[in-house]
Amino acid sequence: MTDNALEADGLRKRYGDLQALDGFDLTVPPGVIHGLLGPNGAGKTTAVKALATLIRTDGGSARVAGFDVRTQAREVRRRIGLVGQNAAVDEILGGRQNLVMFGRLFGLSTAAARARADELLDTFGLTGAAERAVSTYSGGMRRRLDLAAGFILTPAVLFLDEPTTGLDPRARNEVWESVREIAARGTTVLLTTQYLDEADQLAARISVMNHGRVVADGTPDELKRQVGGDRVTVTVPRSEPLEAVAQRLAAALGEAAVTDADTHRVTFEVGAGVVALADIVRALDQLGIAPEDLVLRRPTLDEVFLTLTDKEVAR
Amino acid sequence: MTTLRAGWVITQRDLAHWVRQPWAPIFGLLFSIMLLLVFGFLFGGAITVPGGGDYISFLLPGMLALSMMFGVESTATAMANDARKGITDRFRSMPIGSASVALGRVGADMANSTVEVLVLILGGLLIGWRISSDPASAAAAVLLLLLLRFAVLWIGIFVGLSFRGEGATMAVQVLVWPIGFLSTAIVSAETMPGWLGAIAAWNPLSATASAARELFGNPTGITEGPLADGAVWLAIGWPVLLTAIFVPLSARAYRRLRD
Repeated sequence: MTDNALEADGLRKRYGDLQALDGFDLTVPPGVIHGLLGPNGAGKTTAVKALATLIRTDGGSARVAGFDVRTQAREVRRRIGLVGQNAAVDEILGGRQNLVMFGRLFGLSTAAARARADELLDTFGLTGAAERAVSTYSGGMRRRLDLAAGFILTPAVLFLDEPTTGLDPRARNEVWESVREIAARGTTVLLTTQYLDEADQLAARISVMNHGRVVADGTPDELKRQVGGDRVTVTVPRSEPLEAVAQRLAAALGEAAVTDADTHRVTFEVGAGVVALADIVRALDQLGIAPEDLVLRRPTLDEVFLTLTDKEVAR
Repeated sequence: MTTLRAGWVITQRDLAHWVRQPWAPIFGLLFSIMLLLVFGFLFGGAITVPGGGDYISFLLPGMLALSMMFGVESTATAMANDARKGITDRFRSMPIGSASVALGRVGADMANSTVEVLVLILGGLLIGWRISSDPASAAAAVLLLLLLRFAVLWIGIFVGLSFRGEGATMAVQVLVWPIGFLSTAIVSAETMPGWLGAIAAWNPLSATASAARELFGNPTGITEGPLADGAVWLAIGWPVLLTAIFVPLSARAYRRLRD
């Protein structure tokens, strides 16, 4: 037995010519939001479907909440919520009717399902729209109802497959709030997304997926560090010679300078940003130059993502 | 037990649709009534019933059988829509029996069709159709009609689960017309060219239509052939055979959603 919320070991799934999962491994401890990041067609949805017992894999094994997805599917289903890519709620019915229906399908009595529906409508900010047909809901409201339906039994594991695709920034923020709310109550969340900022915002750890397998794994910061160190960018005043200044700073830091004549900026990739920053300030001081701007930043997840998936293509 | 209960919850979802959107089932009923009026009055005057009898009396049981068969279309569409919208996947991720989704569909469609039969019977009585037999026979006729609906329901479930594109439901929508008209639902097989009449006589729809005519005490338009004395047995046998074929096929299609 194991204490992990999710464990996948070498999952394989083939659809015709497409190897959708090609040795997919994943370990997620309980109570965290784990991001599954990857481009379209990387196999994210197939991975979620396999873990949620919707599809049978060709090989490998997986346990969800301690139960085998293949041999103990019914036990797994009692402990998971699934929120798929398109909001799988009944559009003709009202929000409350949807939640009562799903509650009863989860085995609640009608009275208990009603009580739970009211709680969830309140938690997800839908009380005012409870009786309205879902077809009149905005995209964000529909998504939140979808999340609520996946959260009826306070599942051990909630699968969210691209929960904010197609939403405007405001609705996206509302959904993020709901996801944090869910995680705060102890549910493990596996979140697939192709939006890097979403994974960065929500996930404690991220697995980057490409061509059916995980190609990198870690906290957002660890992943960013894998791509290289921090970046320090100095904007040199136009009155100073850019190349000469860059050479002096490079000598002081012991790092190669990258200059951009248009913006009059020089950038260094450095190991530890804060130490380098002090060195640069000192060197600039000695040169008698007051920089127009001085910026220290980590590589963005975009850079991580492109680097990792490019490497994969090159292999 | 949990499978039945879950099936009932899913049935109730469809019943709640009637309350929310009553126009959808009402348009379905209006369509059946329109067909009844078109054939009864527009074409009816030009049609004679072999063996004698009034055309409206001949037509109404046929219309009932036809509307049962047309139900295959709404079943297939509903199944395919749920699959496409991810609702079927959500049901499948829940701790309910694997037959629940199909049972829910069966419950909802049978309820819908029972109402349809009763409304068409009322409409028929209003335009001069009469039941000329005893109540028990009339009840048996209604049961045979619903048995046909039950059989085609499983065809609809199979199609809806197997082919998820909208093309499949459109194919069903188109195919029900020749199958519906190549029967004795609207005209007697004996007025058709011989080979066509033979096909029509062996159409499961013809068996149910003829059996219902017999049991309602209406003219059957039959003087010879398999339907002359065995219509009731054929109206039991055909649906049982179709059900025996399409229940396992539907179960297989449901399991294959995992592949």
